[in-house]
Amino acid sequence: MSSNSSSGAGSSFGTGLPPAVDLRAKSRPGERVIRIVLVASALISVAITFGIILALIEPVIAFFREVPFGDFFAFEGDFAVLPLVTATLMVTVIALLVAVPLGLGAALYLSEYASRRSRKILKPTVELLAGVPSVVYGFFALTFVTPTLLQDILNVGVGFTNALAAGLVLGVMIIPTIASLAEDAFSAVPHALRQGSFAMGANRMQTSVRVVLPAALSGVAAAVVLGMSRAVGETMIVALAAGALKNFSLDPREGMQTMTGFMAQTAGGESPVGSLDYNNLFAVGMLLFLITLVLNMVSISFVRRFRQVY
Amino acid sequence: MSTTPATSSTSRTDQGQIGSLAGVHSDSDRELPAHPAQPVMEAKDLNVFYGDFHAVHDVNLAYGRNEITAMIGPSGCGKSTVLRCLNRMNDLVAGARVEGQVMYHEQDIYAKNVDPIAVRTHIGMVFQKPNPFPKSIYDNIAYGPRVTGMKVDNMDDLVEEALRGAALWDEVKDKLKQSAYGLSGGQQQRLCIARTIATKPDLILMDEPCSALDPIATARVEDLMLQLRNDYTIIVVTHNMQQAARVSDRTAFFTARPDETTGNRTGLLVEYDLTSNIFSNPSDKRTEDYISGRFG
Repeated sequence: MSSNSSSGAGSSFGTGLPPAVDLRAKSRPGERVIRIVLVASALISVAITFGIILALIEPVIAFFREVPFGDFFAFEGDFAVLPLVTATLMVTVIALLVAVPLGLGAALYLSEYASRRSRKILKPTVELLAGVPSVVYGFFALTFVTPTLLQDILNVGVGFTNALAAGLVLGVMIIPTIASLAEDAFSAVPHALRQGSFAMGANRMQTSVRVVLPAALSGVAAAVVLGMSRAVGETMIVALAAGALKNFSLDPREGMQTMTGFMAQTAGGESPVGSLDYNNLFAVGMLLFLITLVLNMVSISFVRRFRQVY
Repeated sequence: MSTTPATSSTSRTDQGQIGSLAGVHSDSDRELPAHPAQPVMEAKDLNVFYGDFHAVHDVNLAYGRNEITAMIGPSGCGKSTVLRCLNRMNDLVAGARVEGQVMYHEQDIYAKNVDPIAVRTHIGMVFQKPNPFPKSIYDNIAYGPRVTGMKVDNMDDLVEEALRGAALWDEVKDKLKQSAYGLSGGQQQRLCIARTIATKPDLILMDEPCSALDPIATARVEDLMLQLRNDYTIIVVTHNMQQAARVSDRTAFFTARPDETTGNRTGLLVEYDLTSNIFSNPSDKRTEDYISGRFG
């Protein structure tokens, strides 16, 4: 083998190409099939997104033919959407207040403090939380958080359904999303940066907060926004625990219906196809879609802007 | 087999280069005692283990004040491991265990009551690959003084002083607020040196500081090392024998000895002497073989 290759590589260089080498183009049909399959799978998700938008548009147009914009973007009235929007924001903010500190704390612990062994056990456990069905969280909020935790233990005067319990439990639900993605972002920070920081005489907390966190900022922001999108779009918890009454209020102790809660209720009710209530559902759905779309766009631009090339 | 003549001819050229470099050693006029008179740091019977693996065996080395000490040797000889022991960076490696003593100001930095963070504030380190923080140039320099709680009257002055000390000020004075990642590799490495001297350490450890740099950037860092020697003690690990010959006052040559039963290679110190002696008149056959390019 050695004599063969050395004569091929060594001596043939000066004398010209040996005749046995075939460099003609070959057809590779397998490669084309793979390519088509991959393009198709990429296109299908795009097509589905556009399909959803198209399906939304027709009832939305029908809705706004009968109901003026002013009646839709109003705080009061049968078709007012703003109480639903404020309720959604309220619940989401409460959820983020719970999930961002706990999620980032868990992520920093897992990536910067935990030994390899405890990380191996803890990370899948945290991710397990993401696998709990949201209806279970909803009943947890309704039957434990509101009556036992809030009313009995903490003595907060909350109603049977309230935004506080829904937000708290929603926050717990999105902890794994934030923790897991943020942990990935922290782990992707090169070890050399941590070493540089330790070599300057920094301790672990300073290294984590002043070097690792800023270096992973874009990934952390993406994690938070994804958690937020999940909170905005989550239905079951808020339908059960936040209430089924449109209520424009800034008091989280009151029950209030969110956009998703309204949609679940209307879709489950007896609104005939093509009726005004039915079309209202799509108008709210469209608005929700636009809100999450904007959130995702903000997150993408944020990720691009702060992405570090190490 | 056909490549053998080529290899041997390369090694002959290497030998010639080394010989000539040792001859033009830039500091041959510097008079130094045969042994560091008042060593600023001294490793005594240093042994390092990674788990069951015995990485470094019985190293005894004294580093002289305001001298540059080079640690050279083939890959796996333990020179970087020894360097990382000197500011307790090995603490961060899971499973690493250090035996023996590292004396610094009459204290063993491995004694029980010693805080590794305090050790590192006195003994700075520059790494193989430039590793500036994802911050502005200014904040990279200010990071060390800030995290160590150093009393600073005027941070702007300190930043300027550190950047001047690393011969980088003129190149970056108009873009202090810009990201350090906009700098070239050589500038980034000098920024890392500036960052280190901003905390005013006693010693600066350098782990192959030029291995990721081009020859021009390397020359600037080497010039800088010679300047810094006036105020600091430098210990440098290098793969580059010419570099050791150019910048260092003393050279420690390490090699790796395979264990007879396990085959694991344990690093040990072969010879430690003035650089001029190591390169012109080594007393150990293994040193001579290495610097003349016969192995490693």
